[in-house]
Amino acid sequence: MSTNGYDDRKNRTNLGSHLKKETSVVGRPLMKVDAMAKVTGQATYADDIHLPRMAYARMLPSTQPHARIVRIDTSKAEALPGVLAVITGQDLPIKYGILPVSQDETALAVDKVRFVGEPVAAVAAVDEETAERALELIEVEYEPLKPIMSIEEALEETEVRIQEYGHGGNIHKMVSLQFGDVEEGFAEADYVREDLFFYQGNNHLAMEEHSAVAYYSPDGKLTLWSSTQTPHYVHRALAKVLELPPSRIRVIACHPGGGFGGKSDPFHHEICAAKLAMITGRPVKITLTREEVFYAHRGRHPVLMWVKTGVKKTGEITAMHFRSMLDGGAYGSYGVATTYYTGALQTVTYKIPRYKFEGLRVFTNKPPCGPKRGHGTPQPRFALEIHFDKICEDMGWDPAEWRKQQACEPFSLTANYLRITTIGLKECIDKVVEASGFKEKFRKLPYGRGVGLACSAYLSGANLPIYWNDMPHSGAMVKVDRGGGVTVYCGSTDIGQGSNSVLAYVVAEVLGVRPQDVAVVTADTDLTPVDLGSYSSRVTVMTGNAAIEAAQKVRDQLFQAAADELGTTPDNLEAAGGRIFRRDDPGVGLPFAKAAQLAEARFGTLAAVGSFTPPKTPGRYKGAGVGPSPSYSYTACVVEVEVDPETGWVRVPKVWIAHDIGRALNPILVEGQAEGSVYMGLGEALMEEQVFRRNLHKIPSMLDYKSPTFLETPDIETILVETNDPHGPFGAKEAGQGPLLPVPPALCNAIYDAVGVRIDELPVTPDKILKALERKAKGQEPRVGPERMPEVEWVEPIYVEPPSLEHDPSLVPSANP
Amino acid sequence: MKQLISLRVNGELYELYVPVHKTLLEVLREDLGLTGTKHGCELGECGACTVLVDGEPVLSCLTLPVEVQGRDIVTVEGLAENSVPHPLQVTFAELNAAQCGYCTPGMLMSAKALLDRNPNPTPEEVREALAGNLCRCTGYVKIVEAVRLAARRLQGDLGNIVEEIERALNEGVVQEPESR
Repeated sequence: MSTNGYDDRKNRTNLGSHLKKETSVVGRPLMKVDAMAKVTGQATYADDIHLPRMAYARMLPSTQPHARIVRIDTSKAEALPGVLAVITGQDLPIKYGILPVSQDETALAVDKVRFVGEPVAAVAAVDEETAERALELIEVEYEPLKPIMSIEEALEETEVRIQEYGHGGNIHKMVSLQFGDVEEGFAEADYVREDLFFYQGNNHLAMEEHSAVAYYSPDGKLTLWSSTQTPHYVHRALAKVLELPPSRIRVIACHPGGGFGGKSDPFHHEICAAKLAMITGRPVKITLTREEVFYAHRGRHPVLMWVKTGVKKTGEITAMHFRSMLDGGAYGSYGVATTYYTGALQTVTYKIPRYKFEGLRVFTNKPPCGPKRGHGTPQPRFALEIHFDKICEDMGWDPAEWRKQQACEPFSLTANYLRITTIGLKECIDKVVEASGFKEKFRKLPYGRGVGLACSAYLSGANLPIYWNDMPHSGAMVKVDRGGGVTVYCGSTDIGQGSNSVLAYVVAEVLGVRPQDVAVVTADTDLTPVDLGSYSSRVTVMTGNAAIEAAQKVRDQLFQAAADELGTTPDNLEAAGGRIFRRDDPGVGLPFAKAAQLAEARFGTLAAVGSFTPPKTPGRYKGAGVGPSPSYSYTACVVEVEVDPETGWVRVPKVWIAHDIGRALNPILVEGQAEGSVYMGLGEALMEEQVFRRNLHKIPSMLDYKSPTFLETPDIETILVETNDPHGPFGAKEAGQGPLLPVPPALCNAIYDAVGVRIDELPVTPDKILKALERKAKGQEPRVGPERMPEVEWVEPIYVEPPSLEHDPSLVPSANP
Repeated sequence: MKQLISLRVNGELYELYVPVHKTLLEVLREDLGLTGTKHGCELGECGACTVLVDGEPVLSCLTLPVEVQGRDIVTVEGLAENSVPHPLQVTFAELNAAQCGYCTPGMLMSAKALLDRNPNPTPEEVREALAGNLCRCTGYVKIVEAVRLAARRLQGDLGNIVEEIERALNEGVVQEPESR
């Protein structure tokens, strides 16, 4: 059999070493397995589904930010010809929520509404227009309550409460952790600096508006097709709210048309579509309008932050104290995790020996915030990297060299017991500094032009699941057909990042076949083993490892059968180029299909399962569950800007980004993640904001909610750094979220380099630049940003003695497990 | 009020009896089953619903079918010739210019209109021509590259496009785009 041109690429090694050292699929810029379907309009998104007798549903949004529902009269809507069913909160009273600790949502408001746009009733009708007309006939009488629209108002108002649970008043969650004595650290420091920052909230703005189609069959089985990133969690929520056994519910995630975290919660419309399908006996579709997407939200939390850091003259950090206040919106969503995340990853880039974190999340009468790309970590990273830029400026340090000197050690622990494995931070800094000419440009460009540097780290999947359990986070099944075809089944959801292709690549690599010989079946709770979902950048590492395990088990059977045929032992065999052959004599081998037939004759049907459970977490304190990951990715970024001091307009000609990917399973897909992250980070930094006026969303449309077009997006140069992480599949780490993090602070640092003003608040709109320049001209502090942090009584911190931050050889996995 | 209209879409003639206020986008997706054309806003803000009318890119969510009777409408389903895809489709797939893929059909139609009138656009001309099409995944980088690569292939010897696809699936991108 031909080698398919495989043999020319034997250039990469894998520190993980449980895998063969030479690869023929991994590392190549291959076309994604679903690419042709997407470019021909044949990929199916939820709203593309059309079933016989399908009905259409719409939901009635609340017109009040905060009100008691006194009366709902649906009789006129029910009487409208063409209307099939009308439901209200009374029909779906069971609470749900993505986190077990925040089961505070109902599919339709019960007794009370908490934000404008919250669904109050839903109608199924023969067509969408009839459903919309019916909504207008529903009468709702509200008794208004005081709306609470900001962090400050939420902290001041203790009598009127949005939710009846939480920390008290309108505080949802408060956390306080201390690792070592930070006051002692500040006393040891030669210089201590404090800063305040604010990061505005923003929406994912996925191109596809959420959509779901439900079908309830005559035998009592419910099927839901949905644009979700987390079919497993939707499955659980449906079972709970609809009181159906999970065995009678099937959730299928269609291709989501963009997610970015915005399709990770169980949503109102999914549950309403399911309930209406059960009532009417017909398939029911609900597709949100763009305005409704802004109300469904779950976007970036607005966060107010204060940070204090002590440093020695020699550069070492002695201690850091960080405070964050999150504006959560009306419901919990992922918010408790987000709160912890605003304090978790500060320690993973530079050595911080003593660290204290205090964070709180408030409820406000706005659409709930949740996870958006970077989930709770872009905000503190924004604060930190500008704060460090100021410290370097104050101390006369080179910001690139200082960061390299303070970088965490490989295979070490952080003050908060996060376990770092490989770390390519220094190399990333070197690469972007060199590529951008940072040293030649920094503080040297003419007025109006500048460069800024920032770095970051992100997790490759959370080590702890969202609901407590000790089962694997990811499962995969590999079946080999006697014709030589391979199918991999996995619960993961490809949201465009290419996770379906990753499954095909790793299975093809292990079995020595081509990716397109591997069929991929994913995201279907009836057919595929559980994978927790596409969030926390977990998919490549977790599903990749699970699929490798399954493929290796099948390969063992193939090797056993082939060994007899080839007169050798299984350990002398290799699979590559569509053949199984002797290592000692590569000319002696079998076609893959022939080996499959021999193995099937000997062992029966060929299939195997694999699963992945993240490593145990060293932290042993309450809150230690947020932050640990099998590995951390690292990123360094240089942004170049041109600032017009007359108009305050910022133009970004170019961004350089270097990302420690561990190992790129497909470099062109990794580049795509980095480029998309830079773009999205710039959008958040320069224009995107979810803002409210007189209790209403100010700009719930794509026209008014500004996002960068082709014309505002700069040239982006991506550099991949490979560190071959031992916990990654073929050494890979994450790429989907981390590269966003350094972009906003690098932009602000560049603006300071260009015109000497500090914008400590996102987005950086022209008016803020002009205001800061005006202050500078008047001899005032040349800065725009928050002036104060509200006073609150923080809870007594949990005290944890920190570990040594030095390299620890015992953390290096054995090279031959 | 319903009206009888006739539309020529991807070279096929359809006669339909539809409400006059139903948009071209809705008719394409719901009445003709051409769901390749997407929607992201229904207000002409995102470009996802772009189709070609007599070769010009048009937002189908802002177009009424009565306006385009008797004209040539092309959707993403009409880009390929039978089973052979258009070079733009291949380069978009090959260079990962389609991540979630949702903006892709509209993007392809705008790009097709551009290449039909300007066979060799500069990167700036590509950005200008596609600025009405939003994409949230790619940062636009690979899209510009894909359009430029398709332009070069369209001008040169196209070769066997089915082989191109096989190669991109098996061996990856070989021809590095000029702009990188």
